[in-house]
Amino acid sequence: MATVPDMLTPLNISPGTPALRVMGVAKTFREKDPDTGRWRPVAAVAGLDLEVPRGEILGILGPNGSGKSTLIRLVATLLLADEGRVEVFGFDVERHRMLVRRLINRVSVEASFFKKLTAAENLAYATGLYGVPNRVAQVRAREILERLGLPAKKLVVPLEQLSRGQQQKVAIARALLTSPTLMLLDEPTTGLDPKSRREVQEFVLEVRATHDATIVISTHDMDEADRICDRVAIINAGQFAAIDRSDRLKALYGGQAGTMEQVFFTLIGEQLDEADQVEGGE
Amino acid sequence: MASTGVPGARRRPLSTLERELRGMWALVRRNFHLIRRYLGWEIVFLFYNVVNTLTIGLIGLALPAGAARNREVVYLAIGALLWNFLSILFQEVSNSVQWERWEGTIEYSFMAPIHRLTYLLGVCVWAVLYGLVRTLVVLVGVALFFHVSIARADLAGAGLVLLASSVPFIGLGLVAAILPLLSTERGAQATQVIQGVLLLISGVYYPVSVLPGWIGWASVLSPATYTLEYVRRAILNGASVGAVLPISGVLLLWGLVLIPVGLGLFMLAERHALRVGALKRNG
Repeated sequence: MATVPDMLTPLNISPGTPALRVMGVAKTFREKDPDTGRWRPVAAVAGLDLEVPRGEILGILGPNGSGKSTLIRLVATLLLADEGRVEVFGFDVERHRMLVRRLINRVSVEASFFKKLTAAENLAYATGLYGVPNRVAQVRAREILERLGLPAKKLVVPLEQLSRGQQQKVAIARALLTSPTLMLLDEPTTGLDPKSRREVQEFVLEVRATHDATIVISTHDMDEADRICDRVAIINAGQFAAIDRSDRLKALYGGQAGTMEQVFFTLIGEQLDEADQVEGGE
Repeated sequence: MASTGVPGARRRPLSTLERELRGMWALVRRNFHLIRRYLGWEIVFLFYNVVNTLTIGLIGLALPAGAARNREVVYLAIGALLWNFLSILFQEVSNSVQWERWEGTIEYSFMAPIHRLTYLLGVCVWAVLYGLVRTLVVLVGVALFFHVSIARADLAGAGLVLLASSVPFIGLGLVAAILPLLSTERGAQATQVIQGVLLLISGVYYPVSVLPGWIGWASVLSPATYTLEYVRRAILNGASVGAVLPISGVLLLWGLVLIPVGLGLFMLAERHALRVGALKRNG
């Protein structure tokens, strides 16, 4: 366990400290049963253990409702675990919440903004909360957004007038502008066109390559997980079914097809043709 | 390209105070930007405020000409103006969380490394500035419309009471802000009910003595009751700073109790929200 440094001094984190440690974390919510109308407990995550070394890109794959977003919210200090502990660079997310918040940022599947405000105004607010001077934030925002293929002139357009993909790029800029050491990307490319998706993926790789950042990314995109992640965790019903490099997962669970898709279906206990039938029936 | 290293490693480390002040300023600036973007609505609301205050003042003009009529117009106008200011304070503070929930930004604001007190103070600072500007505009409208004399008024005394009463109203706003944190829609409904009750019991347009007994006793619980009474004393009877100082002290003290209580309850509610996933949850 790291000692708590003075908030005013740069953090001195030893190189061996994992960026993220999740130890026996469980979280249960209460949901109303649509049939009986009674409240019932629903385990969102159940006894998760995970260690992400500094500089790694960890992908989390799982079906809808498998616990991906809950895990990311637990790390992001937006939920309190019922059991277990989460540490970011050795700091407990509950006991040292303010410190952890300085080290992380998150991009969620829905780009949450004040829709009437421009991208520049939204970024001024978001970065201001982290103490980043607005002048610095606006210059860096232009650089990041241009790198992501969003022209600088879009910065002065209200968010509601930007496409979903453009909003998501602004959300990525918002997260990066606060210099997070651990980036939590919750389905950042969902809903993006292939070109935008590729631009975001390239950018994630660039951030990791050029800076001291660790990235946890949840996704439904098998190719994305295969392409950009050092390791992939498959989560199902709140538990990890496997965590490994994608080539090893494919060798172990990919069957004859040897694809991440097959790995996914094997590990969540569903056959590819069954999934096709369900999808076709909907 | 953004630096993604450990914060503070590449930039001059910020002092805690500097960081918190920047966070507070970010909130004030955001709200200013929101006003600009909703300017059309702002103008409509302001127009309505001015007209509403004038119509209330006009009730006084129905009296026969003379000192009593003059007094009644001022009495009603003070009620309308003060209620305008205090309700803006209350609404801005209590609606801050609600607005963030509607926009879906609350998780981002609450994930930021600033103290909750800073967040709420930022909201309060904005609420006071915004309330003063809007009330000033309405005041100008009232002054131009009604040519009534306030020659006996002690404006310094009235200002002192108003300033002191802002503090408990901010405290009440903090308490009310808890409700949308727990439930977006029901919380918003509850804050409207609270505001309605304050309007009823505080003697905004009438002396609280006219309230029926079953509800009249509640007027002592509202800081607005004292604000209205003593601002009226200062404007209509020329009560000096010295005369209103004790009640200003009481109002200030009331606020100094309500604000920490509101903050404490807010933090408890936030912890509850983090435990049950009430900020937002999917997946």
